[in-house]
Amino acid sequence: MINIRRDVCGYCGACVSVCPQGSLELIDAYLTVDTETCKDKCKICSTVCPLGAIEWVEK
Amino acid sequence: MKEAYDILVVGGGPGGALAAKAAAEAGLSVLLVEKRPAIGAPVRCAEGIGKGALAEFIEADPKWVSTDIERAVLVGPDGTRFTIGGEATGGKVGYVLDRKMFDRELVWRAAEAGAEIQVHARASAPIMIDGKLQGAVIHQHGKTYEVRAKVVIAADGVESKFAKWAGIDTTVPLWELETCAQYLVNDIDIDPKANVFYVSNEACPWGYIWIFPKGPRCANIGIGIAGTKSGEGHRAKDYLDRFMAKEFPNAKITELMVGGVSVCRPLECTVADNLLIVGDAARISDPITGGGIYNAMYTGDLAGKVAATAIKNGDTSKKALMVYDKTWREGPVGKTLARNYAVKESFIKMDDKKLNSIVHSMSDLSIEDLSVKKLVLAIFKANPWLALELPHLLKAL
Repeated sequence: MINIRRDVCGYCGACVSVCPQGSLELIDAYLTVDTETCKDKCKICSTVCPLGAIEWVEK
Repeated sequence: MKEAYDILVVGGGPGGALAAKAAAEAGLSVLLVEKRPAIGAPVRCAEGIGKGALAEFIEADPKWVSTDIERAVLVGPDGTRFTIGGEATGGKVGYVLDRKMFDRELVWRAAEAGAEIQVHARASAPIMIDGKLQGAVIHQHGKTYEVRAKVVIAADGVESKFAKWAGIDTTVPLWELETCAQYLVNDIDIDPKANVFYVSNEACPWGYIWIFPKGPRCANIGIGIAGTKSGEGHRAKDYLDRFMAKEFPNAKITELMVGGVSVCRPLECTVADNLLIVGDAARISDPITGGGIYNAMYTGDLAGKVAATAIKNGDTSKKALMVYDKTWREGPVGKTLARNYAVKESFIKMDDKKLNSIVHSMSDLSIEDLSVKKLVLAIFKANPWLALELPHLLKAL
């Protein structure tokens, strides 16, 4: 599953725009993931992040 | 907040502000919601805009103009520099703005025109009745409101969630999303009248590095790279830090900004029943420069006017709103986007050897203005091998 490192996130929304499932949402400065719809393994969000705030970790 | 408005605008950037202003000026009731607690912050922008483009909508004001730019300098991978502008352009190139103040001014003007502004107010879902958009659920200060509107204008920027919730796929392909990092840098030696662009597939793959002056010894220094070129150890910030260590090791950094810019084609359609999509949310930032302020202002203003006419005529169906899509797509904005997409596609993947060859050839060019068409034609003339490599591009110009 993806893990959002809130101390690293710059809440820019780059990941939100490329998420093919629409699972990410930026609520003000707080990035959230809908774990129901996240495909978990595409890693597009962790790839695109300019700061490295999204990790992919084994469940 | 009332229960119903003629128009609900989601997002308080330049697109949303001009949409709200145009609709309010047409006499409609307008609510603009901005999810952040402040208009204009945090900045996610290099803040450059052409003087002519800005003047179409607002007179430049020192309150929100940081610097007056007279030249653009292109720097090739081996450091060769090519300057465009100066005397040939009569000093009329562009500005670097202070977006925190600029965005506030635009929203203030919308409010003056009669639009209601709500900050820290987030649209979380569309209200759909019989498959048609009828408003949005708004959260503010721990309360939830159902706000009805005849037309919603989605101006929610690069994230573009609202249109997606309403059934339009706004997802940007990873390779066409430029992932960006930028520092506000102080105490550096720069040319305060020049915007500098560095191209190199090694230093900034499928993107560029920019220096946009914010004052005499101060600048936005940033980078955009393609999403597919990003990854652990080679993210936008990693590339930027390498550039800073090499070019400005003693710089004082006072702000970090990050963001995403789409360089894809615009959405196939930017309207639906009771819905208009403007600015970055419609994927209409410039594919070459990543610039989006003017296109957002243009489409925002147009959307506000089209929505007002449709409401007065009592028909806000997709068919009635299509005039918005058709007008921007077939006008100068749409044509420039199509042309610049073709130019971007042709040059973005070039290796540094070819980029060097192009920048070297440009030192002999006499270019009168910053027009993309003239620049590309001159580059083709000086580099005959390009005609073989990019046979389709000349047609696209």
